[in-house]
Amino acid sequence: MAEHESGDLQLVGLSKRFGEFTAVHPLDLTIPEGSFFALLGPSGCGKTTTLRMVAGLEEPTDGRILIGDTDITHARAYQRNVNTVFQSYALFPHMSVLDNVAFGLRRKKDKDAKRKAQEALDLVQLGHTAAKRPNQLSGGMQQRVALARALVNRPDVLLLDEPLGALDLKLRRQMQIELKRIQQEVGLTFIHVTHDQEEAMTMADRIAVMNGGHLEQLADPTTLYEKPTSTFVANFLGQSNLLRARVTGSAGEGLARADVQGNEVVIDAAKVPDGLTDVWVGVRPEKLTLGESGGRNRLHGTVVDASFTGVATQYLVRTAAGADVVVVQQNDGSARAAVNENVTLSWEPGREFVLDAAQDDHAGMDEVA
Amino acid sequence: MAEVALGTGGAPARPRRRHVGWVPYALLAPGLLWLLVFFAAPMFTLGSQSLQEGNVFDGYVFTGNVSVYADALQKYWPHLLRSVGYAGAATVFALLLAYPLAYVIAQKAGRFQNLMLVLVVAPFFTSFLIRTLAWRTILSDTGPVTELAQRLHITDLLQAANLINNDTLLSSKFAVIAGLTYNFLPFMILPLYASLDRLDHRLVEAAEDLYASPFQAFRHVTWPMSLPGVVAGTLLTFIPAAGDYINSRLLGNTQTIMIGQVIDTQFLRVLDYPLAAALSFVLLLLILALVTTYVRRAGTEELV
Ligand SMILES: Nc1ncnc2c1ncn2[C@@H]1O[C@H](COP(=O)(O)OP(=O)(O)OP(=O)(O)O)[C@@H](O)[C@H]1O
Ligand SMILES: [Mg+2]
Repeated sequence: MAEHESGDLQLVGLSKRFGEFTAVHPLDLTIPEGSFFALLGPSGCGKTTTLRMVAGLEEPTDGRILIGDTDITHARAYQRNVNTVFQSYALFPHMSVLDNVAFGLRRKKDKDAKRKAQEALDLVQLGHTAAKRPNQLSGGMQQRVALARALVNRPDVLLLDEPLGALDLKLRRQMQIELKRIQQEVGLTFIHVTHDQEEAMTMADRIAVMNGGHLEQLADPTTLYEKPTSTFVANFLGQSNLLRARVTGSAGEGLARADVQGNEVVIDAAKVPDGLTDVWVGVRPEKLTLGESGGRNRLHGTVVDASFTGVATQYLVRTAAGADVVVVQQNDGSARAAVNENVTLSWEPGREFVLDAAQDDHAGMDEVA
Repeated sequence: MAEVALGTGGAPARPRRRHVGWVPYALLAPGLLWLLVFFAAPMFTLGSQSLQEGNVFDGYVFTGNVSVYADALQKYWPHLLRSVGYAGAATVFALLLAYPLAYVIAQKAGRFQNLMLVLVVAPFFTSFLIRTLAWRTILSDTGPVTELAQRLHITDLLQAANLINNDTLLSSKFAVIAGLTYNFLPFMILPLYASLDRLDHRLVEAAEDLYASPFQAFRHVTWPMSLPGVVAGTLLTFIPAAGDYINSRLLGNTQTIMIGQVIDTQFLRVLDYPLAAALSFVLLLLILALVTTYVRRAGTEELV
């Protein structure tokens, strides 16, 4: 892979306006060479627009795009060593599958175009369809052809715009593993756009969460899940219980005292944003325990709903102050609660995250994920 | 085609053949009847007429005289060739003019699309004859077009190319071909527009993403995908242009007579019906042969 040093992809203050409407607000991102990067966000948040700017299909309103030290902001699409797997596949209907895959290589006057294209087709397990027309293939197969067509060129950056959108769940999982394997094998930089949070978390090294044309948070999957920096991210990625709290003082040992609906709890002082007293204390459902064995912090309430999901049971508990809290309990033989039972919830200090109370606690909840 | 893709899992039991009944035949009947009365019957009459002998005063009788075809060909082969040549040239010029226009209307015109389409069709609101007569005025010896062409030495150029005989534009090869091009241009634009309008712009973007320069994207994506329109447009232009008898009469001279004009004269002035009928048949077969070869070579079956 050391044929050419390509370097990191850098977006510097990149923005796009369509008339009055700003699709992408100034965006600063560095995507390390060879990484699997996911762009995650609800429908219409500007993911495709961002990709199109990187591909050279959309002129940025402002900002710069660099690969390594090379500024490609004003390079035409065909001059950039960047390839795209389009959301709509965009396969050429008048060419065979093989000719589709060989298209990029032939434009670059590659003598070995045919053989390489056949290899790329084999890689996505479609070697036997080489002579067919794209419209003779199923949606899932077409997506894999689109992937092969982009991959075969070994671009500096491969852009994937929801490449697995049309696949059923099983094939989707299979292709996720396959994609990840291919990426590690060829060592290209992948930018994978998706609005499936699970897909982003299982595949990517780093994830940028976008919302309404803004970058909400950029982190690795674990950090994103454990330490979301906004209520949008907390709600968009998995479930979160956001409890309104007031920080009342220090509890020593790096802990802070806080009042949650009349219950005194202690939280990790380092997680409290500087100088804030009105906060959301966020606890993920699986970090709460029914009963008192979970840790020092306690909440009290009544079970209003319990749903059995196999490995776990999900409870909805209404606290005395009227807040609904979701608890997920492993079905590991520990005691279970029934509806209408009064229960105590507990968690260990430090397993929570803390956000500014000025943020909307419903942000990102109704988004189509 | 779809069966090929689906039929990999062994042939499934064929569903019982649906009862077809008389409905398809009923739907076909009016069209077939129309063709029978207005196409097959006249063709037969024309064919038998070409094999008659006699004259207009004593009447014609069927004698099976095939030699009229030899006479017709011997006498009028230059006119046949000329017709094919002029029609071919007009088709090429119409394609060159129509393609960019159709492309702009289909891909770039935005909200002006409908207006531009109306403008393309607008000349049809006046008759073919009037339009061609208007070209006599446009190209008249003292008109501004001729004057400008003279000043820019375009007339010298055309003269050198043997497209005009003197320093004026009218009554020349040039005028006939220009008239043909103009009159059949909409027949070229509309099918081209239809196929370019269907072209998904994202395919062109995909080509550019795959290192195709704008020219290469045109050559490998836009052009092949518009070929059905090109084939339809060239046929719709070439076929009527080859048989046209108005343009050569109104815009040409004695050296530019096309076969349509000959047939017209033979039928309506000379009243030599067998010869006119034979020429019509020859023209028909010639066009049929040319078109078949052309469509074969263009390979439209290969296209989507
Ligand atoms: N050419 C355009 N003209 C005007 N507005 C546009 C254009 N392209 C995109 N937009 C707008 O920009 C916003 C972002 O669009 P974009 O396609 O980037 O969303 P997305 O994040 O890819 O969504 P999805 O997940 O549904 O694909 C949308 O509100 C869209 O309406
Ligand atoms: Mg999109």
